[in-house]
Amino acid sequence: MEALTLLLHGFAVLITWKTLSLMMVGLLLGVFVGVLPGLGGPNGVAILLPLTFTMDPTAAIVMLSCIYWGALFGGAITSILFNIPGEAWSVATTFDGYPMAQQGKAAEALTAAFTSSFIGSLVAVLLITFLAPGIAAFALRFGPPEFFAVYFLTFCSFVGLGREAKHKTIISMTLGLLLAAVGMDTVSGQLRMTFGFDALLRGVNFLVAVIGLFGISEILLTMEERLALRGHAASIRLRVVLKVWKEMPRYWATLLRSSAIGCWLGITPGGAIAASFMGYNLAKRFAKDPSTFGTGRIEGVFAPETAAHASGTSALLPMLALRIPGSGTAAVLLGGLMVWGLNPGPLLFVEHKDFVWAVIASMYLGNIVGLVIVLTTVPIFASILRVPFAAVAPMIIVSCAIGAYAIQNAMFDVWLMLLFGVAGYVFKKIGVPLAPFTLALVLGNRSEDAFRLSMIGASGDLRVFWSNGLVGSISTLALILLFWPLIARIFEGAGRLLRPAKT
Amino acid sequence: MTDVEPDESEDRSPPVTTTGKVETVVYVLLIAPSLVLGYDNVRSGAGWEKDGPQSGYLPFYLCVILGGAALFGLVSVCVKRADGAKTFVTRDQFRRVMQVFVPTFLFCVAMEWLGLYVASFLLIAGFMRFVGRIAWWKSLLTGFIFSLAMFLTFELAFDVLMPKGPIEALFGR
Repeated sequence: MEALTLLLHGFAVLITWKTLSLMMVGLLLGVFVGVLPGLGGPNGVAILLPLTFTMDPTAAIVMLSCIYWGALFGGAITSILFNIPGEAWSVATTFDGYPMAQQGKAAEALTAAFTSSFIGSLVAVLLITFLAPGIAAFALRFGPPEFFAVYFLTFCSFVGLGREAKHKTIISMTLGLLLAAVGMDTVSGQLRMTFGFDALLRGVNFLVAVIGLFGISEILLTMEERLALRGHAASIRLRVVLKVWKEMPRYWATLLRSSAIGCWLGITPGGAIAASFMGYNLAKRFAKDPSTFGTGRIEGVFAPETAAHASGTSALLPMLALRIPGSGTAAVLLGGLMVWGLNPGPLLFVEHKDFVWAVIASMYLGNIVGLVIVLTTVPIFASILRVPFAAVAPMIIVSCAIGAYAIQNAMFDVWLMLLFGVAGYVFKKIGVPLAPFTLALVLGNRSEDAFRLSMIGASGDLRVFWSNGLVGSISTLALILLFWPLIARIFEGAGRLLRPAKT
Repeated sequence: MTDVEPDESEDRSPPVTTTGKVETVVYVLLIAPSLVLGYDNVRSGAGWEKDGPQSGYLPFYLCVILGGAALFGLVSVCVKRADGAKTFVTRDQFRRVMQVFVPTFLFCVAMEWLGLYVASFLLIAGFMRFVGRIAWWKSLLTGFIFSLAMFLTFELAFDVLMPKGPIEALFGR
C-alpha cells in the first residue's frame, strides 16, 4: 500500500505544465528518433542528453524516458508502413504488420501495435511499482562483495546465454571493460593506460561510445544497404481504433504471454529484441493455424509489440533498483542520472524517494500520453520518411557530433565518436555483439571498485565471495551461467547415455 | 583503425573483401593493443598485494583474456576458411559507405577550424547536393535552416556551448 501513496505523490510532483510539456516534447522527439533509420533508443537518448543539462533532474529524466517510450512506439510505424524496422526490436512486427498495410489495413495494424505496446509497458510498469521497492530494500543489505557478485552475474549471463559466438562476446566485453579502466584508477589514484595523453585522463566516455557505435555506424550501414523508402500512407480514424480495441480482449492469452516474456527478458539482460522475436514465435506456436502467420494477422502484431515494449520498460527495474541496466537505453539513462549526481541503486529509493516515484509515475503518464500522441500524429511521421535520406543522413551526423561534443566539451570526443562509428560498423558486419561492450563500459568502473573494496575488506581473500549464503549463491549462479553451454552439453551427453540403459 | 578494408584496388569483381579477411584484420588489430596495454599494466603493477590487487591487476588480466579470445578467433578463422569467404562489402556498397564516411570525416576536421555551425551547414548542403543530387537551392536552404535551428536551440535556448569559428566571431558570439 505504501507504494500506492508514494506513487500518488509522484503524480503530484509531475502534474505541472512545465513537466507535462517536456513530456510531450520528449515523446515527439522519441517517435521521431524511432522512425528515422540510424537513430534509435540508445543513441537518440544519448544525443539529446545535453539538452537536459540545464534542467532539474526530475524534469530531465522524465523527458529522457519519454524519448525512450517515443522511440519504442516509433519503431512500429516504419515496420508497418514501410517494411523497414526503425528499430531492431520491431523487426518481428514487419512479419505481419507490413502484409496488413499491403491489404489496406495499415490503420488497424498501427492501432494494434500502439495499443499492445501500451499494454506491454503497463504490465511492466505495474511490475516496477510493486517489485522495485522490495528489491531495493533487499539490496540495501548488499555490501561490495554482493554487488560485485551481481555485476559478475550480469557479465556471465551475457557470455553464457548470448547467441553469438562466445569468443566474440568475450572480445566485446573485455574491450568495454578495458576502455572503462582507462584513466585514473579510482582506488589508488594511479593513472592507467593513458600513455601520457591528457585527453585520456578522463577515460573513454560511455555516451560518446554509444553515439558512435549506434549512431554513426548505423548511418554507414543504412547507406550501404541503400534504403528505398516506399510505403503506405496512413491516418487513423477513431472508428478503426474502437474496432481494434473491441477485438483485443479475444487475444488476451497472447497479450499476457508476451507481457510475461517481455518482463522477464527485460529484467535479465536479454533485451527487447529477443523478447519481440520470442513473443512472435510463441504466439505462432500456440495458434490453431500457425501457417497463417506472416500473411497479415493482427495477432502477429500484438505479440511482438507487447513483448518489446514490456521488455523495454522493465529494463528500467534493475537499473533503478540495482544499478544494472537491462538494456542499452537503460544504460544511457543510467549515464544521464550519474551526470546529475544521482546514483541509482538501492539507496536512491531511500535518499531520493520523490525522484524515484516521480519517474515511476512518469512511466504511467508517459505511456498514456504517448499512445494518444502516436495515434493522432501517425500521418506526420509517415511523411517524414518521404524526406530523402540524403537530407536526413547529414542532419543525423550533425546531431551525433553535437551530442558527443556537448557531454564533456571536448573535440577529442568527436573524433572518438567517429572511431567508434567505424568500429561499430565493422563489428556489426562480422558479428561481434555491441550490447556486452556498452554494458561493460558502463559497469566497468563500478564492478572493479566493488571487487577491490571487497578485497580490501577481506584482506585479499577470494573466499569472501562465498562467505555467506546470499553472495555465495549469486557467485555460484554466475559461474553456472558462464559455463552454461558446457554444462548443457554435459547434461545432454549424460541424458543420452542414460536413456538406452533404461529401455 | 579507420580503414579496415584494404584500399580499393584496380577494377576487380564486385566484392571488395571477404568477412574472413576483415575478421583476421580485426583480430590482429585487437591483439596489438592487448599486448601494449598489457605491458603498460605490468608497468603500473599487476601484482597482488596483501589487501588485494594492484591497480594494474584487473586490466592486465583483461588484456590476457582479450588477447586470448582474439587469438582464438584468429585461429578459428584460419581453420574454417569456407565460413570466411562471405562477401564483406561489394565495391558498390563500399563506395556508398565512403560517400558518407569521407564527408563525415571532413566535417569533423572542419568543426575544428570553422566551428560546428558552419561545418554542419557545409556538410548538409554539400551532402544533399553531391550525394543526393538535390537542387542547389533546396540543399543550401535546408543546410542553413538546420544549422540556424541548432544554433538557436543549443546556443541560445539551452546554453550548451559548441565550438565556434571565425564566422560566429564576426557576429560577436
